[in-house]
Amino acid sequence: MSNTAKRIYYIPYMLWIVLFVIAPVALIIYQSFFNLDHQFTLANYATYFTSSTYLMMTLNSFWYALIITVATVLISYPAALFLNQLKHKNLWLLLIILPTWINLLLKAYAFIGIFGQHGSVNQFLGFIGIGPKQILFTDFSFIFVATYIEIPFMILPIYNAIAEIDPALLAASRDLGATNWQTLTRVLLPLTRKGIVAGVQAVFIPSLSLFMLTRLIGGNRVITLGTAIEEHFLTTMNWGMGSTIGVVLIVMMFLSMAVTGERHHKRKEIGTGAKEK
Amino acid sequence: MKKLMSFFIAIVAACILLQVGVSRLESAQGDSGAKTLNLFNWGDYIDPSLIKKFEKETGYKVNYETFDSNEAMLTKIQQGGTSYDLAVPSDYTIEKMKKEHLLIPLDRSKLKGMNNIGSDFINKSFDPGNKYSIPYFWGTLGIIYNDKFVKASEMQHWSDLWNPKWHHSIMLVDSARDILGFSLVRNGDSMNTRSPAKIAHARTELDKLAPNVKAIVADEIKMYMIQNEAPLAVTWSGEASEMLDNNSHLHYVVPTEGSNLWFDNLVIPKTAKHFDAIYAFLNFMLEPKNAAQNTEYVGYATPNTKAKALLPKDVRNDKQFYPDADTVSKLQVYEDLGLKTVGLYNDEFLEFKMHRS
Repeated sequence: MSNTAKRIYYIPYMLWIVLFVIAPVALIIYQSFFNLDHQFTLANYATYFTSSTYLMMTLNSFWYALIITVATVLISYPAALFLNQLKHKNLWLLLIILPTWINLLLKAYAFIGIFGQHGSVNQFLGFIGIGPKQILFTDFSFIFVATYIEIPFMILPIYNAIAEIDPALLAASRDLGATNWQTLTRVLLPLTRKGIVAGVQAVFIPSLSLFMLTRLIGGNRVITLGTAIEEHFLTTMNWGMGSTIGVVLIVMMFLSMAVTGERHHKRKEIGTGAKEK
Repeated sequence: MKKLMSFFIAIVAACILLQVGVSRLESAQGDSGAKTLNLFNWGDYIDPSLIKKFEKETGYKVNYETFDSNEAMLTKIQQGGTSYDLAVPSDYTIEKMKKEHLLIPLDRSKLKGMNNIGSDFINKSFDPGNKYSIPYFWGTLGIIYNDKFVKASEMQHWSDLWNPKWHHSIMLVDSARDILGFSLVRNGDSMNTRSPAKIAHARTELDKLAPNVKAIVADEIKMYMIQNEAPLAVTWSGEASEMLDNNSHLHYVVPTEGSNLWFDNLVIPKTAKHFDAIYAFLNFMLEPKNAAQNTEYVGYATPNTKAKALLPKDVRNDKQFYPDADTVSKLQVYEDLGLKTVGLYNDEFLEFKMHRS
């Protein structure tokens, strides 16, 4: 009886997974094997892996996603550490989460105003005598805005990981004569690795296919796989090619999950081993 | 928990009440009655006082619904949920709709004033003999410059864009056929070429233009140009007229060597039901006086020759939006090239976007 009840609870979950995860992915994979004339073919994949344009684009996407991820980690880790030491932690955390409630497009438009030729940044540069610079439509502005948008998704898991650490461990490390640097690298970092990995996964994968930002902030001078997918589905109606790029993205997603996940698994073993000692 | 529950119930109740209210209002306006006309048009693309005048004169009630892209309009008509009586697609979409049998031919015997339309604007490749469509507005692709930074004499031809002086200065509209199109015209080729070699040549020329390109964007061009963010842009005359209204330093040029000629035409989609109202409206809009009033409101170029004659002199003689006959004769309408060639254009355009110098 209780078993059937349990199964009933699973139904909405299973329906959700099948309808919105498995079915779309299967459809994309299916679509990717058809050309414009609806014939079954492997040509889309052949095109992808022989075209220097698509390979360059893939490399670009990877490169930008990597820079964005590294930048967010560098900013988020100290920020999360700092947040944990504050008095009204939850209030400050809320302030960091707040921007995620605002639509991405609105934030992008706000940055257009800030970075524009007559925006506040250029007015400041003019005021201190450097003169207006081209900020919008550069790699810098694209990476800056993408980093800004992804930061909350990095801070949250790291913050939680730090909050879970028993303060006694840090005190013990200091008592035993470790410097601040040693405490950070030997105690804090290993204990928060899980949070960092979760953050990296939450930031790196979506960054691979950012496409609204590439146009609005990057002025299409920054091209990622997302741009190509959008074009194939909306302009050229070549759904097969668009799906192929989608499949490549999904595979890359799983690869990056596997790479980050495995390392995390190994470390855990070492960690529990240490505890047993 | 109780509080939460009552809050939840209150929200659901409010939603139901609003829904009932909306459906009441909709049925009161009656899209079921025979005396209505469902007009499916671009946003703000008709003078509202003309709709009132039409309703007063004929007694038909006009429901004005808007779309923001040809593709969105096409999808809604394909689905056929609403009985749209008239729609205003652009040229290449008309060709596509015709191929997909989504249009009803015009009954010429019921139309009055078709000969008000100038001969330059009828019998185009997308609708030979205008069996299905009546030109509503037309326009071109051209260059917008800001006279604070650019002299008129420096910007008359497509090749002027390649001048190294305009380093990081040009905004391009994000549209493969338009951008490759002007490069093709500069090379002396047709904007409708299917030749992969010619398209590739146009792209290598564009690669040389890349250092001058500031950004490739869409609607935002309007905002940037109005705010003097960039000295130069390539976009359509419709967008240009809006920019010119908001910044007196901006000017629009159609290069004399040729460019694109585009149309937004009135068509009767398969979903139409109220045919008396449709022809009453078409004839109403073909009347020179009404077409002129509409043109003054919308600010695009009218294909109605008799209406053009009624416009103020400075509008009528504005070379920016009514280029001389010689230039008009060199303008090219886009043909539907088929998915393969469209794909080729977009691949080359993508490669141009990726080009870094």
